[in-house]
Amino acid sequence: MIPKLKKQQIMDLLSLGRRVNGRGLEDLRPVEIRCQSVKNAEGSAEVRLGKTLAIAGVKTSIGTPFADTPDTGVMIVNAEFLPIASPTFEPGPPDENAIELARVIDRGLRKAEMIDLKQLCIVPGKAVWELWIDIHALNHDGNLMDASALAAVAAILTAEIPKVMLNEKGEVTINKSEKQRLPIKSVPITVTIAKIGDKLVVDPSLDEEEVADAFLTATFVDDKVCTIQKRGEKGLTAEETMRALQIARQKAHELFKIVKEVVGGE
Amino acid sequence: MSVKGKELVLISPEGKRLDGRRPDEIRELKIKAGILENADGSAYVEQGNTKIYAAIYGPREVHPRHLALPNKAVIRCRYHMTPFSVEERKSPAPTRREIELSKVIREALAPAIIAEQFPFSAIDVFIEVINADGSTRCASIIAASVALASAGIPMRDLVAACSVGKINGVLVLDVTDVEDKYGEVDMPFAMMPNRSEITLLQLDGILSLEEIEKAISMATKACKDIYEKQKSALKEKYIELRKAVEEGTRT
Amino acid sequence: MPIHVKDWDLVVPGEVLAEGDYVAGPYVYKEGNRLFATTIGIVESKRGIIRIVPLQGPYIPKVGDVVIGIVIDYLPTAYVLDINSPYKAILQAVEVLPPQKNALAEDLSKYLDVGDVVVCKVVRFDKYSDVIVSCKGRELGKVTNGKLIKVSPAKIPRLIGRKGSMIDLIKKETGCRIIIGQNGFIWIKGKDLASEALAERVIRKIDEEAHISGLTQRIQLMLQLEKEG
Repeated sequence: MIPKLKKQQIMDLLSLGRRVNGRGLEDLRPVEIRCQSVKNAEGSAEVRLGKTLAIAGVKTSIGTPFADTPDTGVMIVNAEFLPIASPTFEPGPPDENAIELARVIDRGLRKAEMIDLKQLCIVPGKAVWELWIDIHALNHDGNLMDASALAAVAAILTAEIPKVMLNEKGEVTINKSEKQRLPIKSVPITVTIAKIGDKLVVDPSLDEEEVADAFLTATFVDDKVCTIQKRGEKGLTAEETMRALQIARQKAHELFKIVKEVVGGE
Repeated sequence: MSVKGKELVLISPEGKRLDGRRPDEIRELKIKAGILENADGSAYVEQGNTKIYAAIYGPREVHPRHLALPNKAVIRCRYHMTPFSVEERKSPAPTRREIELSKVIREALAPAIIAEQFPFSAIDVFIEVINADGSTRCASIIAASVALASAGIPMRDLVAACSVGKINGVLVLDVTDVEDKYGEVDMPFAMMPNRSEITLLQLDGILSLEEIEKAISMATKACKDIYEKQKSALKEKYIELRKAVEEGTRT
Repeated sequence: MPIHVKDWDLVVPGEVLAEGDYVAGPYVYKEGNRLFATTIGIVESKRGIIRIVPLQGPYIPKVGDVVIGIVIDYLPTAYVLDINSPYKAILQAVEVLPPQKNALAEDLSKYLDVGDVVVCKVVRFDKYSDVIVSCKGRELGKVTNGKLIKVSPAKIPRLIGRKGSMIDLIKKETGCRIIIGQNGFIWIKGKDLASEALAERVIRKIDEEAHISGLTQRIQLMLQLEKEG
């Protein structure tokens, strides 16, 4: 529960076009991305957005494809809001917020076609790569959505999966000594804008989330949008929505540059 | 594209969709208010083949009590599909999709409900999808708004909803299941039509900002038309009774 | 300064009632220049104030209201009543116990049992406590026999009528004792089942036709026909 004083401070600063700690309305908090820190995972990334910390891991296994897409790999995104991340998170299965976050990120990855799932087919109808993308919130200081999405994308970009071959008997053999990157087609970037009163702010902190009326999360591929999710108990006008999307697109380009730097190359 | 061996033409060169609709046409919408006796408010909606019941219980006591809020009613929503509502039987247990949709629908309705009038109570919204043929969350919102109003729960506005899709590059309103599965985009949308406030906006699929703006504008116009239908449904039984009394046909 | 509605118009939430210098009355809110309805109901405008008379809605207790409750539970020294509201009512046991008895030592069900119907007055209702009711007073207390019916609490003012004119008419013509709870519960006791049934029919008609003007005449006609029939 955020004390009224703090709420008032946030609103007063906003009316002057400022935020706590001198942040501008459209400023991201400092972004830190660390990839491949988890040796046992095929891919991993830790992302800090200010004090918010999320970690994503990519694990692979070989499984059977879905019946209606026999030549396509399988991707499953799951998210857990760990109790260690916040006094408000309780142990147990994912709640509606964690489920929503996982599904929004999943849609972003899928619609952007970040991973060419068709290239993950090993034997059509019989064997495909299964990609398990697990996101864990480690510290919640606002905007777990963007931190998690960024972690997932960075983990996928730097994941290394073993090469597979079919032997003479037609069986799938895994060659752990030879690794390859995942087949990447695009890099989707997710940005969340919070509406507080009549102001739109980028990358809301925890305190700002508590006073916000609504949130607009959008995932961008280049200049286009592949996912949108409005959250919160209030609404936005069409004008606010378009304005938020414009701001978010700009931020997505900024974040993309940061990802490129960290991950290097692609 | 082909589905089950048949060539599927989702939209003809003249702009006619599979069911004959134009891109900016929504399906036939039937709304009945107050059809469930026990609930405090209720509504039944048929939009094409999508059929949905919505029931409201509340404001009522909150159980468990620690969930109560001291300054307003807590709004709870359960979106659920019956096992026989879809082509392949669905288990009655809540799926991740139903959990997300329950949240998203609640957040679409909450801005309209004047919950501050009922602290320490709960307003429960129950939605049952009896038959699903696309845009179920939008039809659910249409039904739930009418149900809330029929319960006499004070609201700033009703909430109307409509989805926008994209087929062969053309933006279309109110997608059916087939159009959702084989189209390029699904954009569920809901708004309070008299306040011009968007309360539900999701996008699954690729659109440019210009297309999004156009889609919002199309959906906004559809929602204003849908509001008129919701209004008629709510007034129906009162107006019929009034006519009967005035014509002396009522004993 | 346009007003878009007139008295007796039926409106739903979100309908724009007027623009300009009008004042928002109950179930109406003003934002910017426009006045909106917040519930399904009938428009009533007087001296520049526009209000909606609701046709549906829950009962929210008000201090001073007479309510009829049903005992549903016991606390150590009080009864819990269902008053057809999101909020339960608490009736202190001392009000029904004889003066010398100690509530803690007594079996409370001896005096009021679960299922008993009690006419009370709301003495306290704020956000910090349940509704506190009292049954000390004239016409208050447990009622026995008779009939308990429920109507939408929103219709109670119509049922009572201006200065009680409607309910007095019904009492007179049916010869029944009728106690009206603001919470929608109504207790009827007549000299026979037929008069109780008539009173109930009249009350239900008012419940259904409250939104149609000329109700008083229709009720008078109905009661007249009954007398002659």
